[in-house]
Amino acid sequence: MSEQSPKERRIILKYADDPAYSNRIDCYLRVGGYQNLKKAFAMKPEEVGEEVLKSGVRGRGGAGFPAGMKWKFLDRKSGKPIYLICNADESEPGTFKDRQIMYKDPHQLIEGMMISAYAIGASQAFIYIRAEFHEGARILNRAISEAKDKGFCGNNILGSDFSCDLVVHRGAGAYICGEETGLIESLEGKRPNPRIKPPYFPAVLGLYQCPTIVNNVETLCNVRHIIEMGGDEFAKIGKPNNTGTRIWCVSGQVMKPGYYEFECGALTLGQMIFDVCGGLRPGRSLKAVIPGGSSAKVLRADERFSGTLKDGTAFDWGLGDIPLDFDGPMSAGSMSGSGGIIVMDDTVDIVQAMANINAFYAHESCGQCTPCREGSLWMRKITQRMCSGGARKEDADLLLSVAKQIEGRTICAFGEAAAWPTQSFVTKFKDDFINKASETAENRDPKSLQLI
Amino acid sequence: MISPTTEEMVTITLNGKEVEVPTGINAVEAAALHGQEVPHYCYHPKLSVAGNCRMCLVEMGTPMRDRSTGEAIFEEDGSPKIGWVPKPVIGCATNVSPGMHLRTESDLVSECREGIMEFLLVNHPLDCPICDQAGECRLQEFATDYGRGYSRYIERKNVKPKRTRLGPRVTLDDERCILCSRCIRFSQEVAKDDVLGFVDRGSFSTLTCFPGKELANNYSLNTVDICPVGALTSTDFRFKMRVWFLKETKSICTESSAGCNTIVSSREGVIQRITPRRNDLVNDTWMTDSGRDLYKSVRSESRILRPSVNGNDLPLKDVVSSAVDCLRGEKIGFVVSCHSSLEEQMLAKRLVSLTNAQTFICGHFGDDDGILLSADRSPNLRGALVTGLIDQYPNDNLADLNDAISKGNIETVFVFDEDLILSGVSKENLQKVSMVYLGTHSNNSSRLADVVLPGLSVFEKNGSFVNRSFIAQAFEMSVPGPAGIKSQVEVLTDIISKLSEEEGISSDLDEVWDIFNSHNQSVLAGTKFSNLKKVSVPIDGSSWSHLNFVEKTALNYHPIESEPK
Repeated sequence: MSEQSPKERRIILKYADDPAYSNRIDCYLRVGGYQNLKKAFAMKPEEVGEEVLKSGVRGRGGAGFPAGMKWKFLDRKSGKPIYLICNADESEPGTFKDRQIMYKDPHQLIEGMMISAYAIGASQAFIYIRAEFHEGARILNRAISEAKDKGFCGNNILGSDFSCDLVVHRGAGAYICGEETGLIESLEGKRPNPRIKPPYFPAVLGLYQCPTIVNNVETLCNVRHIIEMGGDEFAKIGKPNNTGTRIWCVSGQVMKPGYYEFECGALTLGQMIFDVCGGLRPGRSLKAVIPGGSSAKVLRADERFSGTLKDGTAFDWGLGDIPLDFDGPMSAGSMSGSGGIIVMDDTVDIVQAMANINAFYAHESCGQCTPCREGSLWMRKITQRMCSGGARKEDADLLLSVAKQIEGRTICAFGEAAAWPTQSFVTKFKDDFINKASETAENRDPKSLQLI
Repeated sequence: MISPTTEEMVTITLNGKEVEVPTGINAVEAAALHGQEVPHYCYHPKLSVAGNCRMCLVEMGTPMRDRSTGEAIFEEDGSPKIGWVPKPVIGCATNVSPGMHLRTESDLVSECREGIMEFLLVNHPLDCPICDQAGECRLQEFATDYGRGYSRYIERKNVKPKRTRLGPRVTLDDERCILCSRCIRFSQEVAKDDVLGFVDRGSFSTLTCFPGKELANNYSLNTVDICPVGALTSTDFRFKMRVWFLKETKSICTESSAGCNTIVSSREGVIQRITPRRNDLVNDTWMTDSGRDLYKSVRSESRILRPSVNGNDLPLKDVVSSAVDCLRGEKIGFVVSCHSSLEEQMLAKRLVSLTNAQTFICGHFGDDDGILLSADRSPNLRGALVTGLIDQYPNDNLADLNDAISKGNIETVFVFDEDLILSGVSKENLQKVSMVYLGTHSNNSSRLADVVLPGLSVFEKNGSFVNRSFIAQAFEMSVPGPAGIKSQVEVLTDIISKLSEEEGISSDLDEVWDIFNSHNQSVLAGTKFSNLKKVSVPIDGSSWSHLNFVEKTALNYHPIESEPK
């Protein structure tokens, strides 16, 4: 449990840390649960979709694509069944927000999903949950059966002629299942090799080659609140094009790591680290921050970021000035991704950190596309060797070149996810990589944190 | 390969040049049609698109349209403004569309290819000197054509299983595998025997058979053909011959009426292997495993190597004279064969009319696998129909010949290849008649023949067959026949020449066609052997649609709807 910061605006996690609140349906009903489902059912499905579009809510899974727009792409003319999938395969290193929602307030997700299913016309919905969330799957299954008993899910929801079954499907421990087409393959019982796009856009040819919408847990929960407030009202939260709240997961060397829900753009990265999270440990200084999960590009503590925003205003930020919303980290050359902020202080050996990230991507590459399959392992082998006394001066350039050969040349975004950390780490901390060649067991900084 | 029939064309711009290509094809094929190679590993024209090797990355752009009005946007010079996709796209999954621009020769494309080649080789064992694929390896070829030529990899390579037995005919070396998944897709989509898959992930992904399964279907060796590298190898051909020593000849498989197009590879007169040859109307790019074994009969012990009369080896000229003497009698029966080439059947037809003989034929039937092994286990039954040698669908026996001999209606039989005893003619009856046997291999009844004329196998002569879809296709001589043996066409021409006392009948196959076409009204008119050598020719089989052909619906074959008689 995170200690709630006074400046937070909790919408999704409103009751999550309330000691009097449980994940049972009675508790949810007491705080107005499933009232919005009734409200949505009084509307036409397309009106629900329109509210979501008006809200401007962007996907919380990483790419930040407007959810209402995604729903618009749905192929409704095919006559095939439409599926709704909740992507609960939260596995981006540094991210732990969806887990809080599912463990502490599962009915919020179910209500959001049923409203969404009604809006898109899906009569079968799935929650694809990562294998490691055993308890989460148990909680969700119990919640679904509670909701079915009360008529909020399953057959003839709220006595209407709309039915939507909801099934929890557990993954088998693969990061790639967080990629929506990989997830769909896995849900179909196959190896989760992401599909080629075109032609397999989920909204047209998704699960079982039927139109399918895949949304993140947090995104689907937002749908419930959009119905509660109305799309226009929701759009007033946060900033234009960055609407709603976001749950930021802060990890690394801060005094108070945890999850914090703020309106988009309500605070800066510096405020997050130094005010909300209590700053660094005594005597430490900030070295680097990864703002959006391990695949986002790293930001150096002493970097300056300047340019013009989409609305035309010029900016010149230090690391601490970056606003926490979708566009802020993006303007700084990185991304807010899944909201996982990883903070590294001056004790971190940056090559070790790189080796750790590379080990993750080499292990998680599905092995389908040549560049990512071979490149991720190669980069892991290089950084591992560098940390084991075998570093060469030319390794920095080699790493950059290997990463460049991966980026943009794979079926799914995993290629970028594997390449971006290397590209940013090596470019921004080149001296650390070059100096590694002269490091021996004797002259290594005794303070430096061994990560692998 | 048959050239595509009339298709709608679209205009695309390939490397700055406007070209016409058929609609619906992908960028790899479109570029190939105009002489531009787009290297690829996982893409195969007869399998679904996987798009995983990333070797066919090209640059693609389409004419830009205004988002709000949908109208085309033009450059200042009036040409359509092209919106180039910022990232390279895979050619295999990019279908051509009107006005599309493709760059297959740019700095970005070369850089992509160099990168992919380097990645493919980092964990590849580079054991070309002991690898069977050397010489026909896409990895070697593309590394030479598109690679950097040096390696920057100093780490340890992955270790994977070697010499795995995937099935009775296929051996797998996982370290050489580039995980293109062609073999997996083939097994699922064509052979319909889903036994292959990858286990583990990332660079440690390993091709294997599912537990308790093996790659044992009759199409397993096609996985070896389509494997772009030396991972899947033929257990039979492994370590037998370097492929650059092989002479390749176009041939037709004689296993069944499917008529798979093949390539027979030989060295110094010895056949080393048979592989399929692409024909989109017949076998696509596949053939059966069993068909690949047929060359082994060429050197079989039962091969007839000497012409003989009553068991005495004699010069061919004398044996032909004895055969002619036999045919001068009355009550002659010809046992023609569905295994004979069209040209042999044409000459047989002429002999039948010269000698006023009766014709008998025996069909050979088995199970139909619905792919490329049809129920009719002979290559040219339809040839016997179109040459007019027979007009009824054959039975699977020669009971009618047996009856005719019993009744004394037949006193001399001229047999092409057939084993009469196996086909239901009694030994006693055979001993009653005088018999001329023209064939490649001896059998129980040929041993009773008075006159034995050796012939050449399909690998040792030229000729043509008509397959189950009434497509006439030529096969060519791959290896020389045994010393002194003439082709059946030459022997038959000799016999006709002597019998008709006509000098100078040519045994040239085209002239055999010309003479046949001048004497007979048939659907074969207007073509000849040398045409078939260039391209297979579909012929009109509608006159026989009332016959009950045994073949079932299969790859590229749909039985003609039987018309009411």
